[in-house]
Amino acid sequence: QDTDGDDRFGLGGEGDRDSKPDTDTPEVQPSVDNTPKCLNKALAGMSSRWKNWWIRGILTLTMISGFFLIIYMGPLPLMLMVHLAIQIKCFQEIITIGYRVYHSYELPWFRTLSWYFLLCVNYFFYGETVAENFGNLVQRDEPLQFLVRYHRFISFALYLSGFCMFVLSLVKKHYRLQFYMFAWTHVTLLIVVSQSHLVIQNLFEGLIWFIVPISTVICNDITAYICGFFFGRTPLIKLSPKKTWEGFIGGFFSTVLFGFIFAYLLAQYNYFVCPVEYSESNSFLIDCEPSDLFVLQDYTLPSVLQTVLRWKTVKLYPFQIHSIALSSFASLIGPFGGFFASGFKRAFKIKDFADTIPGHGGIMDRFDCQYLVATFVHVYLTSFIRGPNPSKVLQQVLVLQPEQQLSIFNTLKSHLTETGMIPPAIRGP
Amino acid sequence: MTELRHRGPGEDDVLKQQQQQQQQESEVRTDGEAPSDSEIKPDPGVPSTVDDTPEVLNKALSGMSSRWKNWWVRGILTLAMISFFFIIIYLGPMVLMMIVLCVQIKCFHEIIMIGYSVYHSYHLPWFRTLSWYFLLCVNYFFYGETVTDYFSALVQREEPLRILSKYHRFISFTLYLTGFCMFVLSLVKKHYRLQFYMFGWTHVTLLIVVTQSHLIIHNLFEGMIWFIVPISCVICNDIMAYMFGFFFGRTPLIKLSPKKTWEGFIGGFFATVVFGLLLSYVMAGWRYFVCPVEFNNDSNRFEVDCEPSDLFQLQDYTLPSVLQSLIGWETVRIYPFQIHSVALSAFASLIGPFGGFFASGFKRAFKIKDFANTIPGHGGIMDRFDCQYLMATFVNVYIGSFIRGPNPSRVMQQLLALRLDQQLHIFNTLRAHLIDKGLLSANQEATAA
Repeated sequence: QDTDGDDRFGLGGEGDRDSKPDTDTPEVQPSVDNTPKCLNKALAGMSSRWKNWWIRGILTLTMISGFFLIIYMGPLPLMLMVHLAIQIKCFQEIITIGYRVYHSYELPWFRTLSWYFLLCVNYFFYGETVAENFGNLVQRDEPLQFLVRYHRFISFALYLSGFCMFVLSLVKKHYRLQFYMFAWTHVTLLIVVSQSHLVIQNLFEGLIWFIVPISTVICNDITAYICGFFFGRTPLIKLSPKKTWEGFIGGFFSTVLFGFIFAYLLAQYNYFVCPVEYSESNSFLIDCEPSDLFVLQDYTLPSVLQTVLRWKTVKLYPFQIHSIALSSFASLIGPFGGFFASGFKRAFKIKDFADTIPGHGGIMDRFDCQYLVATFVHVYLTSFIRGPNPSKVLQQVLVLQPEQQLSIFNTLKSHLTETGMIPPAIRGP
Repeated sequence: MTELRHRGPGEDDVLKQQQQQQQQESEVRTDGEAPSDSEIKPDPGVPSTVDDTPEVLNKALSGMSSRWKNWWVRGILTLAMISFFFIIIYLGPMVLMMIVLCVQIKCFHEIIMIGYSVYHSYHLPWFRTLSWYFLLCVNYFFYGETVTDYFSALVQREEPLRILSKYHRFISFTLYLTGFCMFVLSLVKKHYRLQFYMFGWTHVTLLIVVTQSHLIIHNLFEGMIWFIVPISCVICNDIMAYMFGFFFGRTPLIKLSPKKTWEGFIGGFFATVVFGLLLSYVMAGWRYFVCPVEFNNDSNRFEVDCEPSDLFQLQDYTLPSVLQSLIGWETVRIYPFQIHSVALSAFASLIGPFGGFFASGFKRAFKIKDFANTIPGHGGIMDRFDCQYLMATFVNVYIGSFIRGPNPSRVMQQLLALRLDQQLHIFNTLRAHLIDKGLLSANQEATAA
């Protein structure tokens, strides 16, 4: 009898109780075949296994082309919209699983509260992004300035209302259930929402910081699968019996190579390399002098490689060296995000997070490896690449109270005078 | 520290007592009877309700009936805790920080123990280690940010500290990631769901306990008064609401806590606001409480000395005519801080109790009477601190929004880290902006390049 994971009062999950679809959770359907009819007809002749393989392949190609199409067409607002849509869908998938696990679909208030908390946290994060990156817009609009200055207070007040509503909604027989859903919602918010905002921060740093990590994770998925398919023998981890060491290592080397080449291709275009800025004329501007990271430089090869390749120096973008770090992380540590999701699915006895994408499962199934990578890229950027961004610092200064601006001005003036950047001024009274 | 000294018998003794209890209970219970929901089944390996009252008190109160004895124990412990609070304030910011850290660790421990007992997961491989490891990581991250902010000169001087602070986020992330990978590798076949539950439990506890204890420390650095007044208001509200409820209480407030009444709630509100006004008046006169805590680089100690800001200088306020006719005064001299204290007290008495209701709901949900038995008569440390947490976040957000604005010192640091030509560019833009707003007169800056 599988009571593991049930708390001592017997509440905690499906256990072996239901292997049939629940009658009291009508909206959540077990695996539904979402494959569009046209595909079904076209593949009608093949055996079930090949058919599955073809559906997966076609959907993979569709998703990848969709990804590149959006980037190409990209006015940024479109990208942000898509990003927001993906985040909301992931949140919804995980919360739906929570409802099913705890049979809490009809719990009073709770659906409203979950979405309300999602709204609050998104409001908080988007507000911080706006304050940092859209300083021009904020300076011009009086109501926006007010919202930005008191942003934390407003977000906190919104969150607190949700918290108080939760406390007032506690119903006598459902306390534990409600606390579980509360915690489930918060952990989901922590994982899904915070990391999606890190993705946006990376994007504002330059589209290349958004594209290369995502592409390397996709590449690692595909090449590990292919290497495992052809060479796979030793299993990697008990959690995911289909993964093999050969796939893992083969995927690592191919991903590093892919990242290296892909970075070389992208680093040539200003469109990818420049930070995204919001200009005075109400539009996004991606134009700049590429930083040193994206200017070809000569590197002398170590003597070992010299004898092998018979070149003395090679012209590389410094960014390609960083891309090696990113690809290594994506192939060595990124899979742990996938194992975490596999463990989660086994723990709650679900096959896929949802059935949104035929052949692949839900959106979370595709994005599970991405999350750790997004955080890593952000931390990497702030630690190793980016010193403080001058325009951002300026925005922050302009948001301060006038007395503080004045004191900063004076400190800066004395500092600049000391270092000789401005001639000593005749200080007025 | 009262709570730590009176921890009572060690865990091993408790286990033995516990097993004895369980044996007795299982003898009494007939076979096959499943534990009903009203019975709290003691869990092997988890310390359960033990009477922690020290021997001394027990002897002194042995004559009285059980109800009065309980009342006296609570009262004495309340006085002991309050005096302890004043002693550590006297001892200074460094000691305060240490105490906040200890309280935080104890609260974390209490909540995690509840999680273990709820899920029978005390012997789950690795998990105790991992929970403490995550606590260490998150604390390292937060303390590092604090140290970088407030001890910047010290950090710049010492080479290893400088490297640690420059790559701080990366190091913290790496530490956390190691814990995450250890968790994934520790997933054991039959215990998946349990392990995920404990993982979730740990993270939510970290979110609640650790982040807010660091907000308390931020408030402390802003000035001890921002630490003392909120905590005192919450304590006062607890006591006053209890008194008012005791004497006048009739209409129940909320089903979650049947002992709370509307009379206690409203009486507590007014009493706390008055108390807050008086306490801030008393404290605002002393520099020790009012000045931001700063680390003096030369003497390597904390210094609390400064010119008090406008907030802490007596000013005249004309009373609105309604009050004038009532009291007969035209103007009154108060500190502007006292007006802020009204906001703080109001929050502490109106919204703070929701933190208490949340904790009550939590205790009912998991069918525990108290979080732990650290403090005789009161329960665990979490029981005392449940209302404080919302308060700490509120004070921090309040200071950030209305008093201080975004932290200018951090912006300054970032400015100084830029290249000189970028600094010059910012300098010119800022000058134009300030002249625009009329804060600078144009002729003062005639010779700027």
